[in-house]
Amino acid sequence: MSEHFLDVRDLKIHFPTDDGLVRSVDGLSFKLERGRTLGIVGESGSGKSVTSLGILGLHKGGRARISGEIWLDGEELVSASPEHVRRLRGKKMSMIFQDPLSAMHPYFTVGAQIIEAYRIHNKVTKKVARKHAVDLLGRVGIPQPERRVDSYPHEFSGGMRQRAMIAMALSCDPELLIADEPTTALDVTVQAQILDLMRDLQRDFNAALIIITHDLGVVAELSDDILVMYGGKAIEYGSAEDIFERPEHPYTWGLLGSMPRLDREPTERLLPIKGSPPSLINVPAGCAFHPRCAFEGRTGGKANTEVPDLVETEGGHLVRCHLPREERRAIWATEIKPNLESA
Amino acid sequence: MTEPLLSVQGLEKHFPVTKGLLQRQVGAVKAVDGVSFDVRKGETLGLVGESGCGKTTTGRLITRLIEPTGGKVIFEGHDITHMSQGKIRPLRRDMQMIFQDPYSSLNPRHTVGAIVGAPFKIQGVHTEQGVKKAVQDILALVGLNPEHYNRYPHEFSGGQRQRIGIARTLALKPKLIIADEPVSALDVSIQAQVVNLLEDLQNELDLTYLVIAHDLSVVRHISDRVAVMYLGKIVELADRKGLYESPMHPYTNALLSAVPIPDPKGKAGRERIRLQGDVPSPLNPPPACRFHTRCWKAQEICKTEEPPLLQLAPGHQVACHFPENAPALAEPEVAAQT
Ligand SMILES: Nc1ncnc2c1ncn2[C@@H]1O[C@H](COP(=O)(O)OP(=O)(O)OP(=O)(O)O)[C@@H](O)[C@H]1O
Ligand SMILES: Nc1ncnc2c1ncn2[C@@H]1O[C@H](COP(=O)(O)OP(=O)(O)O)[C@@H](O)[C@H]1O
Ligand code: SF4
Ligand code: SF4
Ligand SMILES: [Mg+2]
Ligand SMILES: [Mg+2]
Repeated sequence: MSEHFLDVRDLKIHFPTDDGLVRSVDGLSFKLERGRTLGIVGESGSGKSVTSLGILGLHKGGRARISGEIWLDGEELVSASPEHVRRLRGKKMSMIFQDPLSAMHPYFTVGAQIIEAYRIHNKVTKKVARKHAVDLLGRVGIPQPERRVDSYPHEFSGGMRQRAMIAMALSCDPELLIADEPTTALDVTVQAQILDLMRDLQRDFNAALIIITHDLGVVAELSDDILVMYGGKAIEYGSAEDIFERPEHPYTWGLLGSMPRLDREPTERLLPIKGSPPSLINVPAGCAFHPRCAFEGRTGGKANTEVPDLVETEGGHLVRCHLPREERRAIWATEIKPNLESA
Repeated sequence: MTEPLLSVQGLEKHFPVTKGLLQRQVGAVKAVDGVSFDVRKGETLGLVGESGCGKTTTGRLITRLIEPTGGKVIFEGHDITHMSQGKIRPLRRDMQMIFQDPYSSLNPRHTVGAIVGAPFKIQGVHTEQGVKKAVQDILALVGLNPEHYNRYPHEFSGGQRQRIGIARTLALKPKLIIADEPVSALDVSIQAQVVNLLEDLQNELDLTYLVIAHDLSVVRHISDRVAVMYLGKIVELADRKGLYESPMHPYTNALLSAVPIPDPKGKAGRERIRLQGDVPSPLNPPPACRFHTRCWKAQEICKTEEPPLLQLAPGHQVACHFPENAPALAEPEVAAQT
């Protein structure tokens, strides 16, 4: 049992392939309550999408090897039957994808797709469902919804398609909404509209929201809490302020140093991370980040032999690194933070 | 003032839109519609705008990958707009493009040595040893292992492939590099590596860059001056400080205000400008000021009279009837014609 609305415990999702076992998600744990937003950040291939599909039960019946527990409102989903999880999907939990075109059927109108999704879970007439669809399209900011409900997806612009997909995801009042890169394919002015919309809707519906993205700006805009993933594992977890103002993991520092910022004086140089993200078939031994870490030498030879645990540093802020807490804080304050700020 | 390395004057590309069996022309996509700017030797000019505004098309026109339907491209004082392919070949080398997609722009069947070495053979380095040495020097310069001479593109990561593309470009010893979204397909940590590499190479090799990108933060970081495009036109052009600290065009203000800021504490206090709707189609752009359908400052005149690109402050050009942050005393003069 779990008293939390969503409680993911030691989730592992591995895929056997010809090249070897891909450890896409490798021991992930986090909790989320209703009305809160969790941001999951990481570079491509860090396991973000596999995690979200895993929670929705979309790997079931495939090749994936899944272990661990996913508690949603008191029910465990990893051991539940695929049929049961399918019934929860759309009703209790739903998903917004990066590419709305691939998630919508091209031959049916937007309205027909919302109506169908709604009627699977609600015994109502077509007329009632249609009215619901029009209301939802209006709610997500589609102009003239009573007319646009009969449009096909390709007749919508990119921003309108993303709004329509959000309407579809909301059609059954889900309590858990997972948005995987919901604005990555959009232009910046349209992205800003969609982020505003998601913020408003989350407040009105009081849902639990997971927003998955590689964009630190986007997570900062929406999230209460943030989980940073690297090589299939959480390497840091904390409130948005923990992550942006007192980050303690060298990888999080690297992400912050890689990113030019409009809200500060321009810096002379960016501070990248060396090397590139690991293959999930050959995750480096010990700390997965050690081949790229500038502080690897300061952990007394443990970095490439022992996997560090995710431990609490203070008040719900968790870090997976062998460096002693005091040393991490000193490095952040004296070696990292000043370089991010000065010109 | 020295002569600009590249001067683009009233550049235009209207793609015909045809219909039916007879391919009758029914309209035109005005992808680039009267664009003028200079790129000075040794500087980086950033070109920003949302997707479909004509950035890539501008780059392809300058490098003569496609033919303009109007306007001029002047490179080192030569009008190359209608130069024959034979005459343009030597200039081609001086002006190179780096592409967005590090996956599709490299031939998968050629080794890194062959890809990066081809330009040296054209330049008359003929001995096997000579080419190998030259290639290995360039690989080292862009931060790749010279030992990887015999490897194929698929054996490299995205960031390394982008470096191979840059190495190939540098092998031609260009004067001007047009980089079209050079980092947008890369992971954040790799983006920063490539941005730093481009900056180092510019200093070392005295390169001039035209960098095309949609990421306003990256463009601020690398550019000396920045041009903002909207639906085929330049709406604002200024040095970095002027553009980012006192943007004059309402669209530039809206763009900057839309960028999500990675500061959870600061987000409450930020004043935001939110535009309605998406960018209109370039097939039927709004008349007069093309931004008037989304502009919160639009007046009647914006729908009837196209605002010219005027210099409202030193080095700061804007095309708007009601600019923001404009110095009160400025005597406007028509900039597009100089
Ligand atoms: N070769 C290409 N030609 C045209 N457009 C492209 C090309 N590659 C990417 N794009 C477009 O550029 C935009 C950014 O793509 P990009 O690959 O940078 O996304 P991303 O942020 O890396 O996304 P993801 O996290 O899903 O990998 C997208 O709208 C995409 O459709
Ligand atoms: N060959 C073509 N035929 C018709 N339209 C084109 C062609 N190439 C580009 N376009 C159109 O021109 C506009 C500008 O394109 P492009 O320069 O590629 O935009 P950007 O690079 O800013 O994303 C777009 O609307 C695009 O669809
Ligand atoms: S455990 Fe060692 S290698 Fe890993 S992040 Fe911490 S300091 Fe770096
Ligand atoms: S000319 Fe008018 S519509 Fe165009 S940007 Fe200026 S104020 Fe807005
Ligand atoms: Mg993904
Ligand atoms: Mg482009």
